[in-house]
Amino acid sequence: MQTTMRHRQEDLYQARDVEGTTDTGPSAIVAEGLTRTFGDAVTAVDGLDLTIRRGEIYGLLGPNGAGKSTTVKMLCTLLAPTGGRATVAGFDIASRPQQVRLHIGVALQDVALDPKQTGLELLRLQGQLYGLSRREIEQRLVELRALVDLGDALERRIETYSGGMRRRLDLAAALVHNPEVLFLDEPTTGLDPISRASVWQEVQRLNDDLGMTILLTTQYLEEADELADRVGIVDNGRLVAQGTPNELKRRVGTDVVVARIEGDPDAAQRALQGVYGVAAVESRDHELTISVDEGSSAIGPVAIALHDASIQVRDLTLRTPTLDDVFLELTGAHFDAEEDRS
Amino acid sequence: MSTAQVTFDITPRTAPDVARARPAGVIHDVVAIAGRSLRAVPRDLEAIVPPVFIAFFFFIVNIGTLENLTQNNIAGFDYTAFEMATAVLLGVTGVSRAQALVIDVQNGYFDRLLLTPVRRSAILIGHMVADVAVSATLCVPIIGLAFALGIDFHAGVLGVLMFIVIAALWSLAFAGFGYAIALKTGNPAAVNSSFLLFFPFLFLTSSYVPRGQLSGWLDTVAGWNPVTYLLEGMRSLALTGWRWDDLGKAALALLVVFLVSFSLCFAALRARVNQR
Repeated sequence: MQTTMRHRQEDLYQARDVEGTTDTGPSAIVAEGLTRTFGDAVTAVDGLDLTIRRGEIYGLLGPNGAGKSTTVKMLCTLLAPTGGRATVAGFDIASRPQQVRLHIGVALQDVALDPKQTGLELLRLQGQLYGLSRREIEQRLVELRALVDLGDALERRIETYSGGMRRRLDLAAALVHNPEVLFLDEPTTGLDPISRASVWQEVQRLNDDLGMTILLTTQYLEEADELADRVGIVDNGRLVAQGTPNELKRRVGTDVVVARIEGDPDAAQRALQGVYGVAAVESRDHELTISVDEGSSAIGPVAIALHDASIQVRDLTLRTPTLDDVFLELTGAHFDAEEDRS
Repeated sequence: MSTAQVTFDITPRTAPDVARARPAGVIHDVVAIAGRSLRAVPRDLEAIVPPVFIAFFFFIVNIGTLENLTQNNIAGFDYTAFEMATAVLLGVTGVSRAQALVIDVQNGYFDRLLLTPVRRSAILIGHMVADVAVSATLCVPIIGLAFALGIDFHAGVLGVLMFIVIAALWSLAFAGFGYAIALKTGNPAAVNSSFLLFFPFLFLTSSYVPRGQLSGWLDTVAGWNPVTYLLEGMRSLALTGWRWDDLGKAALALLVVFLVSFSLCFAALRARVNQR
């Protein structure tokens, strides 16, 4: 089943006039210099280059205001680019938006539901608008019931749903027509941990079973780490790095030593220059994030160097790198700090 | 020597049918959107009940106030039949799903619709089809009241149907202004303010007395008000039968309002969709 479905996706790409191709075959999403400005002052997306292979889960990671949602809105034809070009499912977003819409499913950051309809009515209407037959719609409703796990609430008006129920229904609405490419714009924001885990599981299943290409934006580092085959880090509308989560983390080094100190962080940074095994040092307030090649060998020399410089160390922690460390190295700011700033 | 026979199953194996999106066709799109709008009507009765109440109220009060005055001064005049057209227009003017549309814009559901392959114009037309159905339905109790009060509808059953069609089309033409404001502003308060247009259209005209009884500036303004000709066309059906010159003027007046309001609302739709 899994193989057959994946082949079916490939056939679909090969059967059409595919515009987005790479040397590895047709790509689900290709963006070249994609730009969106608002007026003269705001450049939300600034020359974004992106290639997402079919069947891939790609995580677009960045703080609020980084340009993730604007990118998604352009790729799903809600917003016209002011520069560059992009293809989705092989179709140009500017010249063939109708074809793009037929092949994508979208769950935007804010759930987009009609509170006066029941869940079933909303899903049926979605099916109708995607041209599904009555039989296909009823079949999909059976399948989606299991996904949304709303039980009898599907017969109730959406205005009675909790936030988590609305989020799940919104996801189901994006999936009614079995899209080839699924855009999920911060799909778990506002969800409780159990609902979040359930969405993660479903995203993984859609990708594994149906070969669905998924572009996921998130501001949760662990979400990108958990789900994405590759992660693109966006800052100020630009893609500053991309790769698998492990590749990105390896940029920082094998390990990270975090030192909380008292005293002058600049002096501490100077003291660590040239210390054995230290690849890079970033500081924020009184916390030093020290990238090292081999943590167990480097932690001793780090402690000694700080001591010799009369820097009082409150605690010293050795851990493996996280995507936050990657973000820190690339942008000079912690992920949460960026979020606060925005 | 033994032979072994090997059979191959050459039945084509296909994956289970997977529902895939395809263009649905404009009529299908309009019917789907209109169906959603109509389903919402009984859940949104507060948008329907007040106009009908206003229509009934003014119908009864105006008859009580002006029936004797007009009938005593104009030989053979049937004030109830005359006033029925005003009551119907009071009931259907401003009845539209524009408020629902602006809420769709606000809560993001409009974007959800734009993400589907539905034709953009079908989103608007679907709402309008529902408006016509609702307006036509609202005419029925008001006309029913008029019959209960003893009017004689000269144009017969077909005339009643034409009367309802004109009223529903007027409702649609007027609704265009509400949709234009809804799409232009995305602001429910602004849509509510479109109700202000109701007053000049329905009161600076021959709402309560025949055109010949108007004088001075009001007569001049009424001459420019398309609703004057609409009322005269509708009244002609009730009071005298099929008078094509009156009906022709009513159709022309409708056309003028349609052209203005629909130009505005489809321009607003294009602007809202294109900025995206």
